[in-house]
Amino acid sequence: MKTTETPAPVPAESGAPVARTDTRGGPPRKEKKEGGVLNVFSHGMLILWAFMVVMPLLWAVMTSFKDDSAIFNSPWALPDKLHFDNWSRAWTDANMSDYFLNTILVVAGSLIGTLVLGSMAAYVLARFDFPGNRFIYFLFIGGMSFPIMLALVPLFYVVNNMGLLNTIHGLILVYIAYSLPFTVFFLTAFFRTLPTSVAEAAFVDGASHSRTFFQIMLPMAKPGLISVGIFNFLGQWNQYMLPTVLNTDPDKRVLTQGLVQLAASQGYKGDWSGLFAGLVMAMIPVLVAYIIFQRQVVAGLTAGALK
Amino acid sequence: MQHGKYRFIVGFLALPLGLYALFVVWPFIQSIYYSFTDWTGLSPEFKMVGLDNYRRMLDDPIFWKSLQHSLIFALVLPVVTISLALFFSFMINVGGRKRRGGPVVTGVRGSSFYKIVYFFPQVLSIAIVALLFAFAYNPDSGAINSILRGIGLGSVQPLWLGDPSLALWAVMAVLVWSTVGFFVVLFSAGMASIPADLYEAALLDGAGRASTFFRITLPLLWDTVQSGWVYMGILALGAESFAVVQIMTTGPGGPDYSTTVMVLYVYQKAFRDGQAAYATTIGVALLVVTLAFAALVMRLGRRERLEY
Repeated sequence: MKTTETPAPVPAESGAPVARTDTRGGPPRKEKKEGGVLNVFSHGMLILWAFMVVMPLLWAVMTSFKDDSAIFNSPWALPDKLHFDNWSRAWTDANMSDYFLNTILVVAGSLIGTLVLGSMAAYVLARFDFPGNRFIYFLFIGGMSFPIMLALVPLFYVVNNMGLLNTIHGLILVYIAYSLPFTVFFLTAFFRTLPTSVAEAAFVDGASHSRTFFQIMLPMAKPGLISVGIFNFLGQWNQYMLPTVLNTDPDKRVLTQGLVQLAASQGYKGDWSGLFAGLVMAMIPVLVAYIIFQRQVVAGLTAGALK
Repeated sequence: MQHGKYRFIVGFLALPLGLYALFVVWPFIQSIYYSFTDWTGLSPEFKMVGLDNYRRMLDDPIFWKSLQHSLIFALVLPVVTISLALFFSFMINVGGRKRRGGPVVTGVRGSSFYKIVYFFPQVLSIAIVALLFAFAYNPDSGAINSILRGIGLGSVQPLWLGDPSLALWAVMAVLVWSTVGFFVVLFSAGMASIPADLYEAALLDGAGRASTFFRITLPLLWDTVQSGWVYMGILALGAESFAVVQIMTTGPGGPDYSTTVMVLYVYQKAFRDGQAAYATTIGVALLVVTLAFAALVMRLGRRERLEY
């Protein structure tokens, strides 16, 4: 609207400087007043939300150092002294050490498996033309939008019949299978962006298809593998639904189910401080890892949705 | 590149595809088949019963309750989460005051700090978040009611998860809390790719912040918003709502089934009540709801793609 009132259109070359003088001159004065109230409001909202995110986490950390009576009687008071015994109780008596170990084993196995199998499938689907290519691709992609719980009912019996129920390796195989849709989706797009010439040159030089893949293409795909690896690491480390259904043996519990079980059983024992210590213990590694690898984590988690 | 091509393709696809077919595709197909049987899950014997399970489902008041709650999850959660996230990310990226000599469009001070902090809940397991808030909601010793007492609202002490009319909203608030940060970061990345001269032009035309947002930012961000919408809806119908409802509410499923959702009902029918066939029937209904939701969002949100 305003531009039609301006008599002479600004020549293209001098557009930027004129724009700057203009914003400094006329309109901002009016905007400043309106902007002032808005600024206070929106800044307030931003700070409020940051507060709301941080407070529950700080509350949990604080509570993990208190004894049980303090937890119940004064939830927001600082601990009278740092009860480190909560932490040692959680680590040994409440089996947190076992849950950590199980989780590390399951996630290590399934993360490596997911990346290897996912990149193999994605490479073939991205780079080779063959009948059924599209069908297989969409078969993988479809897995992203289907409610997993529907498949879990028969899956329980499939896994049981194979003797894989309540085993670490069974859980690893299932984790890999359910991580493949996104991994294949992401890596197929990634392999398509890589130049074909390098692989062709290697092939002309006599390298086999698989050698080309492992020695040329995989190193080139490293950024994509890191992104999707972080995505899968967090997803698998935090997984709750799959182990709840497929992993009912108390000795094989992973962190998330272990804590939920602990919460249920601590209700009888009344050891809430130990439970909070366990919760914080489980939160800290991922939060620290996130703060250190912040850029990569954000890239990995948002990459898929931006494609 | 023809030499040994097919052998290579088969060799590379066999393992991933086999695993995927066995653990994902095959159970899905079986599920649909089982929904027409009377399989209990406890014994291997079953017989076909036609549409009996579906008829039973339509007469099951708990199913209708769970469907209603799942629909509320799928409609309310994305709207609230995405609106909040759009507001925050606009403020963080575009809402800043113009500083002399600086770029025309800037974020508020401390924008990267906000992005880091808001993202915290996203890296935590939803199970851990649910446990934490189950304690925070505790009516007597929880953090929330204790704050209310502290600021002089001692008369307002809701039962939160124990109150049938409040429990569902209390659970949803936790999902909003844990996902807003993800969308803030996602939308920020999208906003960063909008060229600054578009904002410059808008400012020249005297556009305020609201019209800048609705005329420039939102239309150019639409694709991201839409895919975020579908993503959030699928989460709200599936795994995330299962975790929060199962962990946080009593029963689980809440007082008087006031928080039960379809995905939890499937789980309970299959693994608690030994009615696997009926569970898959509800699962099929959940599948239909999920696909209908995705199709609806994609269709309603269809716009001319803007090139910039």
